[in-house]
Amino acid sequence: MLDIKQFLDDIKASPYEIIEVKAPHTGVVEFAALRVGDKVTGVTGSFKEKPGTLLAHLTREKNRKPICAPERGEVMEIRKELEGKFVEAGDTLMTLRHYLSKKEVIELILKKALHLFTAPERAKYYFIPEIDQKLKVSGKRSVKVREGMELFIVSRMKRETPLAYSGPEGLIYSVYFHRGDNVDAGQALIGVCPEDQLTLIQDMVTKIQSDWEEPD
Amino acid sequence: MDTEKRVAALRERLTYVRDIFGDRENASIRMLDSKLAEFLAAEQGLDRLEQNAALARLEELFDLLERRLDSELGPMDKVRIVRHPQRFCLKDVLENVYDSYAEMGGQGEHSLDPAVLIARASLLRRVGRKVFSQSVMVIGHEKGHGEEFRNGGSAKPWGNAKALQAMKVAETENIPVHAWVFTPGAYPLEDFPGAAQQIARNLYEMAGLRVPVVAVFSEGGSGGAEAIALADRRLMLSHGYYSVISPEGAAAIEAGLKPGQRATPELVERCAERLKITAQDNLSMGFVDRVIQEPPLGARPDHGEFFRLLRREVIHATNEAVSQVAGMKLVRGLALRRRDGRAVSREESVYMRWDLGARARDRLVWKRGQRFLAMSRWARRDPRSWAGRLFAGIQDAVWAGLTLFRHDLVGRHKRRVMDVMEELEAEAHALKRRIVRPLRRLAGRPEPERGLPEPAPEVQEMLTRLSRPEEGSCRSEQCWEWVSPRSLEDRAVTCPNARTHGCPDLWARDLFDEFAGVCANCGHHFPMEYQWCLHNVLGFREAYEFDAGLESVNPLGYEGFDLKLDQTRRNTRLASACITFETAIEGVNAVVAALVNPFRGGSVGAAEGEKFVRAAERARRKHYPFLAYIHGTAGIRIQEGVAGVIQMPRCTVAVRRYIEAGGLYLVLYDTNSYAGPVASFLGCSPYQFAVRSANIGFAGPGVIHETTGMAVPPHYHSCWKALSRGHIQGVWDRRDLRKNLHHALLTMGGRNLYYR
Repeated sequence: MLDIKQFLDDIKASPYEIIEVKAPHTGVVEFAALRVGDKVTGVTGSFKEKPGTLLAHLTREKNRKPICAPERGEVMEIRKELEGKFVEAGDTLMTLRHYLSKKEVIELILKKALHLFTAPERAKYYFIPEIDQKLKVSGKRSVKVREGMELFIVSRMKRETPLAYSGPEGLIYSVYFHRGDNVDAGQALIGVCPEDQLTLIQDMVTKIQSDWEEPD
Repeated sequence: MDTEKRVAALRERLTYVRDIFGDRENASIRMLDSKLAEFLAAEQGLDRLEQNAALARLEELFDLLERRLDSELGPMDKVRIVRHPQRFCLKDVLENVYDSYAEMGGQGEHSLDPAVLIARASLLRRVGRKVFSQSVMVIGHEKGHGEEFRNGGSAKPWGNAKALQAMKVAETENIPVHAWVFTPGAYPLEDFPGAAQQIARNLYEMAGLRVPVVAVFSEGGSGGAEAIALADRRLMLSHGYYSVISPEGAAAIEAGLKPGQRATPELVERCAERLKITAQDNLSMGFVDRVIQEPPLGARPDHGEFFRLLRREVIHATNEAVSQVAGMKLVRGLALRRRDGRAVSREESVYMRWDLGARARDRLVWKRGQRFLAMSRWARRDPRSWAGRLFAGIQDAVWAGLTLFRHDLVGRHKRRVMDVMEELEAEAHALKRRIVRPLRRLAGRPEPERGLPEPAPEVQEMLTRLSRPEEGSCRSEQCWEWVSPRSLEDRAVTCPNARTHGCPDLWARDLFDEFAGVCANCGHHFPMEYQWCLHNVLGFREAYEFDAGLESVNPLGYEGFDLKLDQTRRNTRLASACITFETAIEGVNAVVAALVNPFRGGSVGAAEGEKFVRAAERARRKHYPFLAYIHGTAGIRIQEGVAGVIQMPRCTVAVRRYIEAGGLYLVLYDTNSYAGPVASFLGCSPYQFAVRSANIGFAGPGVIHETTGMAVPPHYHSCWKALSRGHIQGVWDRRDLRKNLHHALLTMGGRNLYYR
């Protein structure tokens, strides 16, 4: 059984993701005017069209390319000794520290704790009527699923076929699709958690929601 | 009670004056302010008669000072007047100018586009003892005194489509169209039918609309105004404006502002002055026919006398439009021509039928075209000597004669004879089969199988081999006649799709030479110089360039523009952004008009428009296909003001005449093409293609965001999106341009092409 408490303690001990910025290819490095401790932003914009903070330029064959921050965070280390030097592909240029957000922590925990049942093909998915009714009346955490249980109706081009659940037994913790939406193959449909861990997970998520502090 | 109402009215007048003059300090306004305050302070101590007398004096003072303030109005003040919520709207016009009306396809906000109002209206007129009722189709923008859902009179693409539909109805019913222009500009949406493409469609249809059209300008904002204003008579209100761009937009461009930043009021005022946007300016430049005088500080809905004047002017303009083509007019024509200020009620006494016969309608369309083609000729420079012009004139006349002889006299008869021969041959063939088949059957000899003969071995080999490099079917290193100077640089270039498609870096020498600016991995098209297409696709080296000397000038005397123009001429070695030439594409002769980006962003002014018109005429005269190669265009050249905007209807008229003569008008977009040209003479082409590097649209992302508040996704204007929206007919690979173009020449187009 997964020790969620231990897992959360681990995250609390180091609530960061360390990102090593590496040279994508060979070239001469010029660092941007950044210092250790400076804040950087990742890709932004409603269409993720604005690149992150400029970290360095890498020039190869007179082609000067920018290297931008992939995530929001803080500069931990800059390898200034490489300034103006030729580097190989994969050489670490800088280290960034990305403070995990509430959403990311919850995602990490759920990823560990839940079993995700994924869509086998691109189609519209519905719960079978009995399950659907139960979900509506008593909420999603009241539905117990087990291996081989008929759970979904797959609707594609007006043809409907039943789909059985496969995986460990448990309760439906979260539903990741909406009625009538097309779901791509491989996308998660539901997350299932063992019955005895349900309250633990719920408590943990509530605790993170209320206690986790994000830096500005 | 009466006193309170009068005081409230005076207060409103003062607020209006303050709104118009903005933050400017003015002695007259100060005086009005203090006099009104004085009256209000003393009001309680006065008896009723004294109050009335004081109020009358105050009202007289208001009248006097308003007249004085009116003479001090600058162009930007006039812009504020037309945008003021108290300005009269189209609904007020319908109520006060026409005798009855029925709004069509809209009631308040329940409309396809509440910014566009369509109504069937009628005018009742007593002439002598008889009363006549005449119907018109009223089309216009409705600002609704600041109602939010009216969008300030900015028509959406479907609003313009609605206007076009109403014009077609008017054409079917043979009634005149009255177009009322109250728009700051079109609403920049790319969704089908597309702001630019719909305006282009409207212009194209109006260039051939077979009923009289009268347009009245109050606020004429560029393309939005043109969408309904290609008219036989164009009237303008004295306090209106008609401009290529809003003064704020011009100031933003002038100051090089980024989206979200605002220009200073002084710069906006200066731009308004430089753009020459007032009624008097437009009248003196010949873009409108007459100016209708408004009351001091602009007309508002309670100016009854003004609406009577408006009614007379509109009736007179419609009569004039009809009388220029109507057969029976005699004395009435004379009466209309001799109209002066004193004969105020003459329009009401002259009655002309507004429904025209078939021939009069043809004449009407032709005259409308001629009017627009004659506009803005003064706004460019033709450096040819009189001898040169004479020679060119003779050359044109000879060509016209030759065409008449070759295509119209001999050609037409030849075609007719060939058609008859073809028909006869087909008949003979059918007859032969009907006679011979039964005879063969009787004789017991079945009809021989008619399969294809066995091809010769060398033909078989040619047809079955996959590639024949020795015949030039494979690309070799020396395949392009002109290569970009960028190919001389020894450096690597990154493809913009490298992150998503994993494209390796490209060596500039390969990319800009052999690869023709196309990424070898993902096919991304880097923008290329205009010379690339001119030489490698359009055979510019062997082409005959004409009107090369026609020069762009600074017709409005726009401050600082002469210097910029000189610089551009020196840098590009071009006289204008348009290059026109005759060429042969795989043996098919064609006339090409190219708009090139390096010359002021490929913007269109009077010289470019004139060259385009002449090229279309040349193609029509010679029965050649007409190709518009748009390397790039930023729109209409704002420094030329309305002389630039007028190129939209002008060139559309030329294009329509060419297409109707039976030619093939093909548009090819290369890099970035936006605004006016796309919304007129380019967007109206039935055959528009784009190179994969093209971006096509009406307004840029910044303007769209500013106007609509919509976040513009990346690649919003790419040619693929334009294709998905139905704006263009195809997207071509740059390396296959010549082949595709030749194929298009052979498969598309009208009846009058010489090679058909």
